Amino acid sequence: MTDFDRPSRRGALKCLAFGGAGTLFTLAGGIVVPVDLASAATHKAQATPLFVQISDSHIGFNKEANTDVPGTLKQSIALVNALPQKPALILHTGDVTHLTKPEEFDLAQQILATLAVGELHVVPGEHDVTDGNGGTAFLARFGKASNNRGYYSFDSNGVHFVALINVLNFKPGGLGELGADQLAWLADDLKGRSASQPIVVFAHMPLWTIYEPWGWGTGDAEQAFALLRRFGSVTVLNGHIHQIVQKVEGNITFHTARSTAFPQPAAGVGPGPGPLKVDAAALPGMLGITSIAYAKHPAAATLTDSTLA
Amino acid sequence: MTVRILSYALFAATIALAGAQAAAMADPNVITIKNFDYAPMALTVAAGTTVTWRNLDGEPHTVVSTDGLFRSAALDTNESFTFKFTTPGTYKYICTIHPKMVATITVK
Repeated sequence: MTDFDRPSRRGALKCLAFGGAGTLFTLAGGIVVPVDLASAATHKAQATPLFVQISDSHIGFNKEANTDVPGTLKQSIALVNALPQKPALILHTGDVTHLTKPEEFDLAQQILATLAVGELHVVPGEHDVTDGNGGTAFLARFGKASNNRGYYSFDSNGVHFVALINVLNFKPGGLGELGADQLAWLADDLKGRSASQPIVVFAHMPLWTIYEPWGWGTGDAEQAFALLRRFGSVTVLNGHIHQIVQKVEGNITFHTARSTAFPQPAAGVGPGPGPLKVDAAALPGMLGITSIAYAKHPAAATLTDSTLA
Repeated sequence: MTVRILSYALFAATIALAGAQAAAMADPNVITIKNFDYAPMALTVAAGTTVTWRNLDGEPHTVVSTDGLFRSAALDTNESFTFKFTTPGTYKYICTIHPKMVATITVK
């Protein structure tokens, strides 16, 4: 995306406003731009759809890096519920729970039910499917939308959403994997779609290789992008790494979200991708949500990350 | 003579102070999971041996064989998983949360 002079995107940028404390940055054309909260708050919401991503709630985690993950999930939901423009839907990009336990799923669903937006879409993280068989416990809670396959697609406000699952069938030493069945389904799902329809792809693990030694990537994702490259606007939303990493490649914007539970170290810093303990005062600034807004003509996504404090 | 007794006492005390973790590491059939590694990464045991895995990391891990023979739940810090190996062979296993973690058990 190299055209920086589109009034519709600029308008959409100014109309993203948040109640409550939060740092507001916008990713537009691959550049992170801070937005003045005061001026943003004075604009009325435009009639363009807004979607929200939350990720990595890790309900069940109770160690030093955050001893109250239900609390920070509730704060994240409060941030969502305080948006002046009501989101059309919420995407949770996985690691809902920490240990796949039934009581963790119970508590997570109780808290997620307090979202003021009814339409919630969830894909699993590897922490959600440690019980095998395609993630029995996860599918019992969230499998309906995909007929227990884990992957599915749907349309909302003119945007085509594709939920992918890349945390099953790990190979030794491997990255995430989509698998032949899912890729065949994706090819069929995208066949014949107009290239001008915006696409949002969401999956837990990064769909591009961010850091191979820590498994931050998906081995067969290139086959998915061969199918997606013809579309005019593709936004890829992932989680897993508990920090924001992003890039723009042609018409594809890649973005990983913060966790609502705890941060992780930057790639390669330390023995592995475990929880990162920070000062209590610093923690809220490292947790948060992502909003996705669309300008209409041409359809282009604007991503905004906001933090709990 | 006194010095030798004192040195011996000091040596014995040091060993005693080593603690449960050292005792676990000294047990040949216990694998500790620490810093995103299985230690030892390759273990050979006799058929009929029960192997214990103990997670010492702050991050949960699993122990899942690549051939479907055994699968642990997600092990939180200080949680363990045991499996009794009865059939000779080589068994590769991974952590399904961090599949970069790969190790083997050889059963003779």
